[in-house]
Amino acid sequence: MAAAAQEKIFTTKIETEEKIEPKDWMPDAYRKTNLRQISQHAHSEIVGMLPEGNWITRAPSLKRKAILLAKVQDEAGHGLYLYSAAETLGMSRDEMINSLHEGKAKYSSIFNYPTLTWADMGAIGWLVDGAAILNQVMLCRTSYGPYARAMVRICKEESFHQRQGFEILWVLSNGNAEQKAMCQDAINRWWWPSLMMFGPTDSESTNSDQSMKWKIKRKSNDELRQQFVDMCVEQVKVLGMQLPDEKIKWNEKRKHYDFGEIDWNEFWNVVKGNGPCNKERLAARRKAHEEGQWVREAAMAFAAKRNTKKTAA
Amino acid sequence: MKFSIRKFYYGDIPDEKSGGTDYRAKEDAATWPLWEVFIRSKQGLDHKHVGSLHAADAKMAIENARDVYTRRMEGVSIWVVESKYITATNPEEAGELYEPAVDKIYRHPMFYKLPDEVNHM
Repeated sequence: MAAAAQEKIFTTKIETEEKIEPKDWMPDAYRKTNLRQISQHAHSEIVGMLPEGNWITRAPSLKRKAILLAKVQDEAGHGLYLYSAAETLGMSRDEMINSLHEGKAKYSSIFNYPTLTWADMGAIGWLVDGAAILNQVMLCRTSYGPYARAMVRICKEESFHQRQGFEILWVLSNGNAEQKAMCQDAINRWWWPSLMMFGPTDSESTNSDQSMKWKIKRKSNDELRQQFVDMCVEQVKVLGMQLPDEKIKWNEKRKHYDFGEIDWNEFWNVVKGNGPCNKERLAARRKAHEEGQWVREAAMAFAAKRNTKKTAA
Repeated sequence: MKFSIRKFYYGDIPDEKSGGTDYRAKEDAATWPLWEVFIRSKQGLDHKHVGSLHAADAKMAIENARDVYTRRMEGVSIWVVESKYITATNPEEAGELYEPAVDKIYRHPMFYKLPDEVNHM
């Protein structure tokens, strides 16, 4: 079929909200954009296990340990759903993992911040997972079928993450003075990086936004960020805590909360590898992969041996 | 077609902004094959494709499928099959492939006009 005819079919599918599936014809740039976005999303889930893994052995009770372990296991699962969705676009898992380890592929820069206290587990669940959920709910309707299906699965599991995080903070906010201070401190440190998770403001993008046209994304960065701020301003009241931004104020005209300026220098600095934990995170990933090498080889050797035995029998 | 993608969403940071390092990954000699996973969500229903995963052999594929796809009781039975054994139709040939069914509307019950008294048949 001629390229123009195939492109017409593709465009019609996008317009009529029909999903694009792996074997369908798609423009190269659509494939590339999806591949980059889905693999970065997968990397984010996998690297996202590290800041929380840090607290599994130090969680304050057996119950909290079990919950955190389950949550981290979910993140691993989410990474795997997404890697397999990305693989349908024609890149091997090895290639994706290698480009993460070589620093070519990126993950969400939020995971380059350290988790200093137990309250950080609460703040990550409430704010970081909360911000991720807004993105992911939108992505359940993304135009690439395997990505959309992975997101539906992830969203079903993600709400436990946010609720358990809020509950951690809620318990601390009802505790003694030290616990309350710890709660506020975690909110202070995670608030701004969470806002940065939505990416640069819309005005910094060019007028032609291909991702929106292709319905890979359906809401702009600023739209999602505003939704997040409006949500958190109300929720933080329940905790009796404060968001670290004096400029947060209800705007009657916009029917939204106004908020302060984000420090974009910090954002790009962390993206470029100069955040507090960039090196540590990548080093941990590489170490895990390298030290797992013999396990992967042994498993393959064992499978091959069993196969020969079966054939011989 | 010319595309310019300048909008950087969460999880979509352009490569040129990524910094990069000197680390070079080693070639992995033992890549586990890809398996497709099918799950029966409850007794009486069909197995349904849920996704894929990598495993060295069938036993490991089942165990991994349990951990990846049924952490919340999503299944009572799992099938795995190595992806390379699946033969699939090609979307480009869909026209010819399904054409024989298109003009046989007499296969549908509403093709038959019956008297009102028995039209619920």
